[in-house]
Amino acid sequence: MATPERSVAERVEQRPESLPSEEAVPARTFEVRSMSIWYGEKRAIDNVSLDVASNAVTAIIGPSGCGKSTFLRALNRMHELTPKTRMEGKVLLHGEDLYSSGIDPAIVRRRVGMVFQKSNPFPTMTVGENVVIGLRLNGVRNQKFLNERLERSLRMAALWDEVKDDLHKPGTSLSGGQQQRLCIARALAVEPEVILMDEPCSALDPIATAKIEELINELKTKYTIVTVTHNMQQAGRISDYTAFFYLGRLIEFGPTTKIFTNPAEKQTEDYITGRFG
Amino acid sequence: MDTRRSDHHTWRKFKSALASTTAFVSAVLVITPLALVFFHLLINGASSLNWDFFTKLPGPVGAVGGGMANAIVGSLELLALAGAIGIPVGVLGGVYLAEYGSARINSVLRFLADVLNGVPSITWGMVVYGLVVLRFKGFSAYAGGLALGLIMIPLILRTTEEVILLVPNGYREAALALGVSRWKTIVHIVMKTASKGIITGILLALARVGGETAPLLFTAFGNRFWNHSLSQPIAALPLQVFTYAISPYDDWHRQAWAGALVLVTGIFCVNVLVRILTRGRGASIV
Repeated sequence: MATPERSVAERVEQRPESLPSEEAVPARTFEVRSMSIWYGEKRAIDNVSLDVASNAVTAIIGPSGCGKSTFLRALNRMHELTPKTRMEGKVLLHGEDLYSSGIDPAIVRRRVGMVFQKSNPFPTMTVGENVVIGLRLNGVRNQKFLNERLERSLRMAALWDEVKDDLHKPGTSLSGGQQQRLCIARALAVEPEVILMDEPCSALDPIATAKIEELINELKTKYTIVTVTHNMQQAGRISDYTAFFYLGRLIEFGPTTKIFTNPAEKQTEDYITGRFG
Repeated sequence: MDTRRSDHHTWRKFKSALASTTAFVSAVLVITPLALVFFHLLINGASSLNWDFFTKLPGPVGAVGGGMANAIVGSLELLALAGAIGIPVGVLGGVYLAEYGSARINSVLRFLADVLNGVPSITWGMVVYGLVVLRFKGFSAYAGGLALGLIMIPLILRTTEEVILLVPNGYREAALALGVSRWKTIVHIVMKTASKGIITGILLALARVGGETAPLLFTAFGNRFWNHSLSQPIAALPLQVFTYAISPYDDWHRQAWAGALVLVTGIFCVNVLVRILTRGRGASIV
């Protein structure tokens, strides 16, 4: 790892109150330029450029296999975990190229957190341990600081009131929706600047889904959120901007109200009205 | 039409009964030797099991009495030495096969580990005899521990690899997405999740080599007294049982039965421990 663990711990502990929203916020969090990604010979993303607005929810929609998950995972270099991937183009986070040589993917992922389709709290850990594990493994030892961050992360994930008496129970003992909010709290605890969500509600019932959607709406005041969704109504409800992907290409990108009411492309209109996909 | 169906039904019921009877008889055949061995050991060995057996050294040749205290302690020392070699190498090798390396090289390594698992244990004794005993001009506890440790490596390697591969990828991704390094993810998330399975593999490997006699014949050699230095020959329970069983003395035969009973009971206890561990509370998945 390029950065020694100690300096990471200091970096996190020195500015416990500094949230991304309090810094000089540029209008754009990500600038993606001519991104192409291959899995072996197969091209998954074909020359995509788009800007992700800060403190807003950007939804990525499109039929299965259109590259939307690959695009999302490329924003924090998670796609590199798949063997034989190749990437061209640039991803700038607040102007800094995430793919320039010498950038440690672990540092990128600390700045750009991720929540997955299937909730995955660590089965060997309690609710509390699950939330602070990211800080612990990044070298934070100060117990008082960890406790503060634990409560704040759970409050931000709208889970504190439900689990504050059950912090010592296994993380997997919570309900499905609570587990997903636990995973959000876990991602928030390391204070990322962006949260990526890969179909965060697809395994949840409607009530749990509504809670997560409400949470996303609150979180966007402090974080930039990019979410992949299969659910068109959900994209319409929660997002400020929508990107429509098809066969690895970005077909259309713009404010959600425009994409859903007056799409410029025929393919977008066909997909949104349910004619294919 | 109806009668035909009924004939068919009878024939099917007969086939079903035949199959389940065959399966039942086979199951009984599997369990019978275990029960016979255990009862035989109890009948022949239990009478010689007394306080002296666990606390005293073997008596002089031909004299009645004495015990196997040195062999019991010696076996534990050999297992500790074997574990010191076999556990770290086996576990880390299993982690490498499951988490690192290229698919092609790993399949070669996996195949070689399976071949090693099939190597007769006396061969390991000969290998260590050639490499260690001849070079350092003497039988020793180190040589015996090394022979047993080498047998443990491929056993632990394969079980560790298998349980680590059972850990769902989602946990690795979740940890990596928090900015945790690859190595810390493997140690604190993946291995912790698979810890029960890894420990089970280690215990089973210890139980397996704890009963080995052949690899100790030309390495640990055996000793009728306390071992005061690990670079000297050391007694081991299976070795002592072997020596006593082929001796001409009735009292030694009885002690050999008792030693075998202690050995089998020890291995039985390890297996029960494994059962308890693997049952668990479901906090860990494997």
